[in-house]
Amino acid sequence: MAQILSPLPGTFYRSPSPGQPAYKNDGDSVAVGDVIGLIEVMKSFHEVKSEVAGSNVRFTADNEEPVMAGAPLADLD
Amino acid sequence: MAVKVISPGLSTSVQDLGRPGYYHLGIPEGGGMDRFATRIANLLVGNEPGAALLEATFMGPELEFTEAATVAVTGGELPPKVNGEERPTWESFPVKAGDRLSFGYLKGGARAYIAISGGIDVPVVLGSRTTYVLGALGGFEGRVLKAGDELPIGTGTGTSGKSLPANLRRPQISPAELRMLPGLYWHRITEAAGKRFFEDTWKVAPEADRIGYRFRGGAPLEFVEREQPFGAGSDPSNIVDACYPYGSIQVPSGTEPIVLHRDAVSGGGYMMLGVVISADMDLIAQLQPHTPAKFAPVTLDQALAARADNAKLMARAEEYLAG
Repeated sequence: MAQILSPLPGTFYRSPSPGQPAYKNDGDSVAVGDVIGLIEVMKSFHEVKSEVAGSNVRFTADNEEPVMAGAPLADLD
Repeated sequence: MAVKVISPGLSTSVQDLGRPGYYHLGIPEGGGMDRFATRIANLLVGNEPGAALLEATFMGPELEFTEAATVAVTGGELPPKVNGEERPTWESFPVKAGDRLSFGYLKGGARAYIAISGGIDVPVVLGSRTTYVLGALGGFEGRVLKAGDELPIGTGTGTSGKSLPANLRRPQISPAELRMLPGLYWHRITEAAGKRFFEDTWKVAPEADRIGYRFRGGAPLEFVEREQPFGAGSDPSNIVDACYPYGSIQVPSGTEPIVLHRDAVSGGGYMMLGVVISADMDLIAQLQPHTPAKFAPVTLDQALAARADNAKLMARAEEYLAG
């Protein structure tokens, strides 16, 4: 099992903006470099790109959840 | 000798011990937000304590060296790697020509200080190499680093394997206790609000940066009613414009306290509850967003004693490294 970790501390968002569909839904496949969410910190938004590939993504961090650097965001098979 | 920026990290800038003497003109002192870590990183690589280095916030850059050098990383726990192999923090290590320095995920604190033997040799502007990003002044082209930048490096004399043991570093305690000296405008809030301010646990807001650290999560302030004086805005948190000291705590609309830090604006129209004491300014530099902090009132005598203790901690560390 692989994990996607947050590269930054801040607030995690699942979609590019409010009301937009999530970048990835539970069960989707993820390739290296896919954007899986955003982190907001210091008045700007940063894309979280997966450094691992896998299938059946399961998010462990909620939309708008505060996260620390290195916190797990999602699990992959 | 140069260092190439392969990737810049989130917000990496050239800093030193700052540019004092121009705050009255609106140009802040700046410099490494964590002064202790700034000085120690330089000493570990054989530089003067005020040489220019890199301050990396939350995320490390990736750098390539064109020549051999000695490097040390202090401050937040941002694990350095040379060509992918981990190196210790708070300890100098060698890099060869062509080596790549990168970093793992931040494990603690918020800002890492990356010193390179010889120092970063950008032009001195108003007495300092510090970057003041808001004013596009100093540092590397007055801005944070970008991929493709080439940083000039001076000639150094560093040796690897020099380290500062943990018992000589400043401990990081959670929740952080920020000691403050209540100030001129304290009378503007009610006694109950003042009590709550110190009782509540606040959390660092994600907007916090070099200019100011915003906190949220505590109760809104209750102001003593008054007719706003001529020249002050209509909000009860407004005053007739005044000077803002480093460390001053303003609370716009009474909701979210902001502690001004090294890139502070020098004045404005918000009342300040007081100032965080100089001894605790470094602590703020190492707070990640969403981490808890409390404010604690101290007297001027206690603030001065804490400043002396802080100077002793610095002196002990410097003596150890000189010995």
